[in-house]
Amino acid sequence: MPSTMRDAFIDTIGLMLETDPDAVVVLADIGVSQFKAAGLIERYPDRFINCGIREQLMVGVAAGLAKEGFRPIIHSYTPFLIERPFEQIKIDFAHLGLGGVFVSVGALFDAASSGRTHQAPEDVGLLKLLPEFEMYVPGHPDEASVLLRAAGSSNGRVYVRLTEDSNSLARPIEPGKMHVERRGPVGSPVVIAVGPMLDRVLDAVSDLAVTVLYATTVMPFDSWTLRDTMATEIVLVEPYLIGTSSSEISGALHDRPHRLLALGVRNTELRHYGTPEDHIKAHGLDSDGILKSISRFLYPS
Amino acid sequence: MGNMTSSENGEYSYEDLGHLMTLMTGDEKHSYSATSTLDVVWTLYDSVLNVDHERPDDPDRDRFLLSKGHGPMAYYAVLAAKKFIPADMLSDWGSYDSPLGYHPDGALIRGVEIGTGSLGHGLPIAVGMTLGLRIKKMRTPGVFCLVGDAELDEGSNHEAIALAGRLGLEQLTVIVIENGSASHGWPGGIASRFEIEGWSSATVNGRDHEDIKSALTQRHPGVPHVVVAQVEKK
Repeated sequence: MPSTMRDAFIDTIGLMLETDPDAVVVLADIGVSQFKAAGLIERYPDRFINCGIREQLMVGVAAGLAKEGFRPIIHSYTPFLIERPFEQIKIDFAHLGLGGVFVSVGALFDAASSGRTHQAPEDVGLLKLLPEFEMYVPGHPDEASVLLRAAGSSNGRVYVRLTEDSNSLARPIEPGKMHVERRGPVGSPVVIAVGPMLDRVLDAVSDLAVTVLYATTVMPFDSWTLRDTMATEIVLVEPYLIGTSSSEISGALHDRPHRLLALGVRNTELRHYGTPEDHIKAHGLDSDGILKSISRFLYPS
Repeated sequence: MGNMTSSENGEYSYEDLGHLMTLMTGDEKHSYSATSTLDVVWTLYDSVLNVDHERPDDPDRDRFLLSKGHGPMAYYAVLAAKKFIPADMLSDWGSYDSPLGYHPDGALIRGVEIGTGSLGHGLPIAVGMTLGLRIKKMRTPGVFCLVGDAELDEGSNHEAIALAGRLGLEQLTVIVIENGSASHGWPGGIASRFEIEGWSSATVNGRDHEDIKSALTQRHPGVPHVVVAQVEKK
């Protein structure tokens, strides 16, 4: 069992390289030392292309490989994978109609002490702007393995967002579907916890009569599981920019009157270092913060 | 097709390109840069590239990427001359139902590898395709990428030039159309930017078909190759 999502990533790549001759890993220095330590670069020297610290090139090269029939896996820290080469992802992959697996590490507040330059809570929102991106946000290393394998065996454009932050237990997740973690009475409020937010959400709502849905696939959004709950009050708790998936929820419930509270990373320059937990608190995403926001929303005094 | 005369195999000749280009109107802004590429693109399709309009997806074909998607009139005219697209497709280019836009979209046009228009995308993709051929151990096909001298302003090209040189991508050839478009110029010459990264280079008159052809077919074992094709200043 991998102990971190990054370990799960390295293991899954090892499996892919062994079983899929079309799998090629494209890097911009980040990750090279981990793949080296795992012996993979030595074992498959042709299947790793390190571009050096050149992220635009990393994405363009990956697109060229996809054009030649390969399944590229493109990997870096979140801001350098998604934000810096965003136009390359838009043109070289989306517009050219090519597929590939984008895998980031260091999402949420893994990089709290590194500062804003190493954080990208905008990532999922940005990729949502492009057509046909599947997006996976695992909350546990074992879930990361499941989702990475699904990403590797599809032909489409997939983003897998990995964090060091993790829930204590893996859930029996299925790619594309939300997992019903806790079922409240029919029609009771629904709290949707995305990826690594689940433990904090469960802690926050332990005394509330709510249904908890656990999302690890965020695009395409699993509207049916949400609709089946018949809920009219929805709370969305995301490990990235606040309200990133609000429009999917509005779309899923377009024909039903409903209220929505979105919790997530606030769009502000915090200008603090410290620990991931410090940042979680500052954005009101610790279990106390989540409970306060949910209580105000569900039971206004 | 008016006074145009096509050869027995249905292809048009270099002399017909002017007529083919006059079928396209309305892109005043880009018309000049379109003609700057005319002789290079013609020579590529007429006597350098191993491409066949009947098998545009042949795995053994040479790959040609027009990175400089601006002003594709010359490209479209050559594609029509070489039967990749019908000549009568040219006359309503840029219209809603035409596959031919002011920047080309590879998804819409037979034999066009990629869609371009935003500058600095073609060369990184070309590097990836060359690496793909290398992994597949396909040593015959070449990858040709055409860029403009102003397009070289985009930093992504320099990321690609460096890596292609260090990896010795012999199957890659870049053609730079130099017409003095780059706002700040290239002191020391464009070729030197590639040479310092280990590329072989040739600088030629971009209107002389024999010069262009010999520069593009020159052997360059173990290293990528750049041909700087100089044409009239913009």
